[in-house]
Amino acid sequence: MWAEVAVAAFKLVVVASMLLTIVPVMTWVERRGAAFIQDRLGPNRVGPWGLLQPVADAVKLLFKEDVTPAHVSKGLYFLAPAVAVFVALSTFVVIPFAKAEGVTLFGVPLEGLIVAPDLQIGVLYLLALSSLSVYGIVLAGWASNNKYSLLGGLRSSAQLISYELAMTLAVLGVLLAAGDLQLSTVAEQQAKMWNAVPQALGFLVFLVAAFAETNRLPFDLAEAENELVAGYHVELSSMKFAAFMMSEYINMTTVSALAVTLYLGGWGLPGVNLPDGWLGLGLSLAIFMAKVGLLLWLFVWVRWSLPRFRYDQLMRLGWKGLIPLALLNLAWVSWGLTQGWW
Amino acid sequence: MEQVVFYLAGTVAVASALLAVSHRNPVVNVLSLIVTFFCVAVNFALLGADFLAGAQVLIYAGAILVLFLFVVMLLGAPTVPPEENPRPIQRVLGGFLAALVAAGGWFFFRSLRAGVTPPPEAGDTAHALGRLLVGPHLFAFELVSVVLLTALIGALVLVKRKH
Repeated sequence: MWAEVAVAAFKLVVVASMLLTIVPVMTWVERRGAAFIQDRLGPNRVGPWGLLQPVADAVKLLFKEDVTPAHVSKGLYFLAPAVAVFVALSTFVVIPFAKAEGVTLFGVPLEGLIVAPDLQIGVLYLLALSSLSVYGIVLAGWASNNKYSLLGGLRSSAQLISYELAMTLAVLGVLLAAGDLQLSTVAEQQAKMWNAVPQALGFLVFLVAAFAETNRLPFDLAEAENELVAGYHVELSSMKFAAFMMSEYINMTTVSALAVTLYLGGWGLPGVNLPDGWLGLGLSLAIFMAKVGLLLWLFVWVRWSLPRFRYDQLMRLGWKGLIPLALLNLAWVSWGLTQGWW
Repeated sequence: MEQVVFYLAGTVAVASALLAVSHRNPVVNVLSLIVTFFCVAVNFALLGADFLAGAQVLIYAGAILVLFLFVVMLLGAPTVPPEENPRPIQRVLGGFLAALVAAGGWFFFRSLRAGVTPPPEAGDTAHALGRLLVGPHLFAFELVSVVLLTALIGALVLVKRKH
């Protein structure tokens, strides 16, 4: 009993610290990557290659004065960043991130290295909790009592609702093929061929919707600094602002990990039999992190390559482009299943 | 442990439901309704209906109430000032009717208590629900989707007429 609790707690600590470590690494990658794409150097003064820059930034944010403007509605203003971080940190627990056959800790099997292996609804839990992430942004926008913030919050609520539909429909195709809601089953079922091959259309829809769901360029209409100053976080300072930054990068990581699990074979490689035990665990973890890293770089690459969409273009793309494509993908998967192709 | 979670979720659900109908700020009303739905989802999960819990959060707390909040914020609904004419008769009548409903509910659930089966073990409820929906309850399921389609077309017609 206590050994099982200890193992679950151990997994939670590992996942949470991994997610929190990715935030500073990604801010560094983003700034250096932006500099590389724009043919300049980027932060290179603190530590070798500027690697300690995120540490300096974190210290600055921690010690900055936490200004609370007089006209905000206090409770919600404090609640909003907390909601954002809570949702970001709690969604990863259903994603299997390494192979753990034959590995035991305190005599308890690790069960496919996933924090919550007994949660039958799997991906539904992730979708349900991430659908709450919009409240962080909307509440920040409303509680700030500022026109720009409110507009950012409003835009974000309409945007997230629209793209959630497309994303869920794309995920439905994968679930149909796997016949189960649990992501460990979905990952195992792709041992021979990745879902991205037969469901290329669904993968495309999922990726585009992922950019919109995480509020990243070209869909960061909620921030849109040239028209809304900084949108929903105009009035936030020090760690409240940092909380939103953290949740953005953690959400990027989670959605990349979800894309890897749903479409790119999870922690496995097609046609490769990984050994059991600690060696297999290390190898599969490395494969998983490499795939997630590639997708995270895609987020950075796209951010510094594409301009922002106009709001009507965003809505047209979501409703008239992605949702019909996702439905087409669903029909294609159903047809393939009746023919027994996969 | 389960009892503690149940009483906590139940208390928060009732308190936030009261706040949802009594607070004078519409945004706070919507927010406390979200908390209520979340607590109901917790109770579903305690009963072993994890799929229902997930669907409750995904659809009600995560989608429908976002639209509510969107409309409330878009219309900029102001905080309702305290009523000048408190309508004493309606208040007494409303309180009486509410007490009647509460008493009816109390007796109904007391009569149920003997015959309630214990909740089943949390299992594969998603598959079971799916089989029920496209099996014995196929007709009702299709009927509901037709109703939703009608509502969709109705909304479209109402919007189109203005142009």
